Amino acid sequence: MLGAFFAILYYVATLILVIGVGARIRTYVKVPAPLIIPTQPAPKTRNGVFWRMFREVVFFESLFKSNKWTWVFAYAFHMSMWLVVARHLRYLTQPVWGWVEIVQPFGTYAAFTMILGLLGLWGRRIVVERIRYISNPSDHLMLALIVGIAVSGAMMRFVAHTDIVAVKAFFMGLYTFRIGHFPSDPVLIIHVSLVALLMIIFPISKLLHAPGVFFSPTRNQVDNPREKRHLAPWAEKLEG
Amino acid sequence: MAAQDIDIPKLHHPLEIPKLKCGAMADSMPYPASPAHQESVGFPGELLPDWKERALAKMKELGEKNRAFKVYLDACVKCGACTDKCHYFIGTGDPKNMPVARQDLLRSVYRRYFTFAGKYFPSLVGARDLTEEVLNEWYSYYHQCSQCRRCSVYCPFGIDTAEISMAAREIMDVVGKGQKYCNEIIGKVHKIGNNLGLQEKALRATLEGLEEDIEDDNGVSVRIPLDEKGADILLITPSADFFAEPHIEGLIGYAKVFHEAGVSWTVSSYASEAANFGLFIGSYENMQKVALRIRKAAQDLGVKRIIFGECGHAWRVAYSFLNTLAGPWDFLDPKYPVPQHILEFTWGEIQKGTLNIDKSRNDHIRLTYHDSCNVARASGMGDEVGGQFEIPRNVIKAVCNNYFDMAPDTIKEGTLCCGGGGGLLTDELMDLRTKGASPRMKALQDVTEEHGVTHMAAICAICKTQFSKIMPKFGYDMEAILSVHQLVSNALILSGQETEEDAGETAANSDA
Ligand code: HEM
Ligand code: HEM
Repeated sequence: MLGAFFAILYYVATLILVIGVGARIRTYVKVPAPLIIPTQPAPKTRNGVFWRMFREVVFFESLFKSNKWTWVFAYAFHMSMWLVVARHLRYLTQPVWGWVEIVQPFGTYAAFTMILGLLGLWGRRIVVERIRYISNPSDHLMLALIVGIAVSGAMMRFVAHTDIVAVKAFFMGLYTFRIGHFPSDPVLIIHVSLVALLMIIFPISKLLHAPGVFFSPTRNQVDNPREKRHLAPWAEKLEG
Repeated sequence: MAAQDIDIPKLHHPLEIPKLKCGAMADSMPYPASPAHQESVGFPGELLPDWKERALAKMKELGEKNRAFKVYLDACVKCGACTDKCHYFIGTGDPKNMPVARQDLLRSVYRRYFTFAGKYFPSLVGARDLTEEVLNEWYSYYHQCSQCRRCSVYCPFGIDTAEISMAAREIMDVVGKGQKYCNEIIGKVHKIGNNLGLQEKALRATLEGLEEDIEDDNGVSVRIPLDEKGADILLITPSADFFAEPHIEGLIGYAKVFHEAGVSWTVSSYASEAANFGLFIGSYENMQKVALRIRKAAQDLGVKRIIFGECGHAWRVAYSFLNTLAGPWDFLDPKYPVPQHILEFTWGEIQKGTLNIDKSRNDHIRLTYHDSCNVARASGMGDEVGGQFEIPRNVIKAVCNNYFDMAPDTIKEGTLCCGGGGGLLTDELMDLRTKGASPRMKALQDVTEEHGVTHMAAICAICKTQFSKIMPKFGYDMEAILSVHQLVSNALILSGQETEEDAGETAANSDA
């Protein structure tokens, strides 16, 4: 019963996530940037743009310039999340990939830095007048959702252990459309349900910032307008 | 509005974050465009009965034609990184002048009509219907953005409020709610060739007058040629350079540099304007139409290269867009970038040593330099990354002994807008312009206190006009704002010119 429910939920959630985000990315690819608008000073080569984007995604360079506290919280949250997700790959791969084995110990306490980062960001949203002003209910709910995922995860890790072997067997089974037994551990049920919810809302929420950043013309364009003529397809038609 | 009516904020620091003052600037509105102004730029004369449908249709179209618009409306996470970066927010405290809040005026409507969450859970994600009230709010607050892009430097995703504000203005234009200042001016350029509506005859007379002034002052004849076929260089400069101070002094500077470099050059009466306000209203078509005048002038005059005078947004359109809008430029001399900035030219001549410079002639000036936003954050200069910061400073330091930068977070990529850019340089917005200038003015006052700075130089016609109006409100002379080429002009000794030492010698000789 529980097994069937989560099986269907995860098939649906995965489809929504993959198709939804895929469709958004397709839109971003298809919509042209009609003019050269990188925020200057900007790199003059593709290579330079690669490194600019790398610094943006890996170090949050612009956020660092903007506000050190937001950067600290944002960085703690995101990087811990990547570690945690990397650790999770051990449930989804058999045999477990080598690098996933290697990151396991590094991720053990990532749950705490992740929660700390999230609470810091949430605190700003409540305490700082300007950020309170720009917050919608969805901004709070998004943080609540991820805090919920992280706290329930940490509960299983540090407080009430769950049957990880069964969890893994269940998810591995889904690859071959075998619906197995799902442990009826309430914390696990909460954790996994919230994760499914996150996957479902991903393509229709601000989480689109993750694919979006790669398509930001102010960050991904090469500064060579005098050397190379740049013309959007619709603008080409205007030329007649 | 009289100066004393404007409560200029007392900042302790140029970037001091104000307390929120909700609705403080809700009444700030530029004059609306008349039907004639609207039609002169191809937009409906007044608000159309079906404006809402048209606005939404335009929004959809923009989402299909402009990637920045689409991605930026989706990607914002409301992290707040931009909230304290706008000079209008710092100056007014109105929360709707925080970049993200300004974007949200439009994003809320986008979410309502174009996203799943906004269609079914509007209050959850702050989505709202497009009403006339919302439209009026757009009109007010999208004309409180100078499109300076300071926010985009600090956004972790590079979200550029200028893109949103340009889009909003375009949407308003196509439903018949345009702004007088921009649209009237663009109409004039389409008809006559420059923002002022200055006809060929008047322009010729003005330039001849300037030639006489130069000869009177220097005893050497320096030409400012107009419509001279076969000249090598076409100079495209903001029309303010023909009549406003300190802009004219800059034009005289270009003329002297060209003279000393021994190149042939000309101004065009057909394309007698570098400014391109099509940018401010986000209209590709209008921007292109203005830019194509330059192409035609270059072809008709048979020039080999194009050089732009000191103007901020014009240099953005020139450097970043001209090739797109009016290229390809294969009929020009491929040895030179198209177009070039006058500072690239002057810096080249200084390096070659063709200019005879006496820096001490600027010794009465203690100088700082205002990086104009459109040059600093939207254009390049020279071959190096960041040349737009270094080349102006190199030229300044080559002609002026006493130079001091303002605080590091208020210059270069972090520069603060003058407060009058982006189509806001109009008298009815003086309150906004004054408050928006206050962060820059505070940074200036700080270097005045610390280093005794007396003057500030800029390379943008809008900055120069704005500062000559605003600086007196902050305790400076209106002549404290200078053109960079005015400094060059001061220090440049023309070949054959009698200098004071020469004059002294001649006098001594005749005594003997
Ligand atoms: C390419 C990958 C990603 C990059 C570069 C990135 C970067 C950022 C940055 C710079 C911020 C703003 C600072 C902050 O408020 O934290 C942010 C916010 C946020 N990110 Fe990401 N992110 C990425 C992926 C993700 C993913 C996969 C999630 C989903 C679980 C996520 C969830 C969030 C949330 C919820 C916020 C808002 C935090 C708040 O309310 O203040 N991010 N992201
Ligand atoms: C199919 C999806 C997922 C499943 C089945 C799952 C399952 C689990 C399980 C069984 C644990 C306990 C680990 C242990 O006891 O060693 C755990 C821990 C945790 N989970 Fe998940 N999880 C999923 C997705 C996620 C996602 C997407 C996030 C973050 C956004 C997340 C965040 C956490 C955290 C922070 C912990 C605690 C620290 C750790 O063990 O790394 N989980 N999860």
